[in-house]
Amino acid sequence: MKRRDFMKSTIIAIAGASVPLSALEFIDPKEVLAANPEIHWAFLINTYTCVGCGFCVKACKTENDVPFEANVSRTWVERYVYTKDDRRYIDSPQAALYGFTESKIDLGARLGFKEIDPDNVGKAFFVPKLCNHCAAPSCTQVCPVGATYKTDDGVVLVDRSWCIGCGYCIMACPFGARYFHPVHHVADKCTFCYHRITKGLETACVNACPFGARKMCNIRDINDPITKIILNDRVGVLKDEFGTKPQAFYIGLASEVR
Amino acid sequence: MVEQVMTVHGELWTVKELFVLPNEYVYWSIQIVMYPFMTGLVAGAFVLSSLYHVFGVKQLKEIARFSLVFSFALLPVAMMPLLLHLAQPFRGFHVLMTPHFTSAISAFGIVFMAYACIVASELWFEYRKHFVLTTQGLAARSARSGFDTLRMHFFKILTLGAMDISEEAVAKDHKAVKKLAMLGIPVACFLHGYAGFIFGSVKANALWMTPLMPVIFICSAVVSGIALCIVCYVVTMEIRKFMAKRKISRWAADKTAPTVTELNSAQQQEIGIVSNYLLYFMIAALTLEILDLIFRGYTQVKSWDILREVIMERDFTKIFIMQYAIGNALPFLMMVLPGRTVRRTTIAACLVIFGVFMMRWNVVIGGQAFSLSFAGFMHYHLPILPTTWETFREGLAGALTVMATPFVIFWFLNKIFPAFLEERKIEKA
Repeated sequence: MKRRDFMKSTIIAIAGASVPLSALEFIDPKEVLAANPEIHWAFLINTYTCVGCGFCVKACKTENDVPFEANVSRTWVERYVYTKDDRRYIDSPQAALYGFTESKIDLGARLGFKEIDPDNVGKAFFVPKLCNHCAAPSCTQVCPVGATYKTDDGVVLVDRSWCIGCGYCIMACPFGARYFHPVHHVADKCTFCYHRITKGLETACVNACPFGARKMCNIRDINDPITKIILNDRVGVLKDEFGTKPQAFYIGLASEVR
Repeated sequence: MVEQVMTVHGELWTVKELFVLPNEYVYWSIQIVMYPFMTGLVAGAFVLSSLYHVFGVKQLKEIARFSLVFSFALLPVAMMPLLLHLAQPFRGFHVLMTPHFTSAISAFGIVFMAYACIVASELWFEYRKHFVLTTQGLAARSARSGFDTLRMHFFKILTLGAMDISEEAVAKDHKAVKKLAMLGIPVACFLHGYAGFIFGSVKANALWMTPLMPVIFICSAVVSGIALCIVCYVVTMEIRKFMAKRKISRWAADKTAPTVTELNSAQQQEIGIVSNYLLYFMIAALTLEILDLIFRGYTQVKSWDILREVIMERDFTKIFIMQYAIGNALPFLMMVLPGRTVRRTTIAACLVIFGVFMMRWNVVIGGQAFSLSFAGFMHYHLPILPTTWETFREGLAGALTVMATPFVIFWFLNKIFPAFLEERKIEKA
């Protein structure tokens, strides 16, 4: 075979093969499903009904094997106290694992605890927090090895076997939802209890909340009562200025909550 | 309540004040300070060597070769802090196996390798003649020791079979060096500007997020690289002068070896010119840094309240005294005031290196000094005693290891690529 002939037939073979091969690409059912998923998980938090009992934190740590004694948590509750003389105090002792049983405010290791005169309290409330499972997450964007990713149904997960532990995702998350797992030494975060919700169960925190402050829904199902609240009522999200499109919605979100 | 027994990563060296989110710690600590500092030195040293090769600054001939070898010695060290920092260091190669290109870190392997190839091939062209001559010199010896035979074979391999050292071939080598140096400058800037991008693109961090970050990083990289080359060059020249005075090693036998006076004048000339370049780049770096600060203060966006408290109050000493006054203003004055001597320039260069280190510190640690809640602060305490693997790698000992390694590598590299190889000597050999 001459070189010219060889080149000619090679080009024809490639051109001919690329047509049926690209057809295979077009009809990949997985991609079609991913483009129009039937399920997209979202979270709804009612700050009015949260009492700061910390059951959700306890349930989460138990369900997901995050050691109680480790000072990190997939979910936590913050307490906001505003005094009448316009001072603001926030704390979340041990991520509210044992609830807010102490009236003193935790000001960190340096300043210790501060007692606030109950008569001076203007307003006070609790805000539960967890990973927002953003629609445009900055954490998955910055992972250098693709160990953290977004599932087709909208949940951001970490592959423990592939994470190199660089901490870039932890730095990139505007919500402080990520940390290094004290046992596995890789990035760890809320999974929306993926192992439970994919089996039709509720997340551990939703299940544990005695006051229904935490709810989950499929935001694509417009008949879901929780979806209806998100779509019809006035709800807010945390730090929307970062453009990550958080999927955890809040009822009664104060502007000071960051 | 359960007693505190399990410390999480970052907890050992972080002290929280007021409201800090439960998962927030100083996750990027000393090794991430070292990373841009060391990459900066690599890039800066290379740029200095290119000044001679590309722009034909003839007076820089000697320091150019020196800084090229030094840049090569620094190269593997730029990667070290990253590996030491990883919570899973044995998985570091995943970055090369499954690079996730939306991440700024993922291209590090590629950019770094490309840069390493350029520096290595430039070195090879620069020293090919030396390799050939060494091989031939050793081969010509009638009685060779076993070690010399080994050396001969080693250098023979290094020549890669290109034994032609005719004038024409050597001229071609020089041409190749020039081309590679030209290609190397943008790649070196990219390597480092990109380290700045890694920080500048973190939108969650109010202090880091600025498009100026890569440019600031490049300028300060060149500053630190030049300053380090000045210091190392002066130190090695002092050693050579000492050896020349005492007639040690080469000076004992070789009549053509440079005398103390020759060495002195060479040193004076080289340092004089290099310190001018150092000044130019310092002005550029400082201008950008101050611009960034003024812009933040003037626009006063949401994060300014907490940034102002960090910059103007909590980290005031580190930023304004240690970085700007001691690391910038003082050495600047030392170099512009009349009657500049080698000694004064060397001290100024040491201060400049310190200033750039403080700049890296203030960016990396300063960026984590405040909480994402904007309602609390974190204090970083560098672990001094390496009691565990964790406190070693993320502590003073780990940082010092990273700092010392390039000098050890340089010592070995100098045996293969003699940094002070005089053309004269080759001619005579």
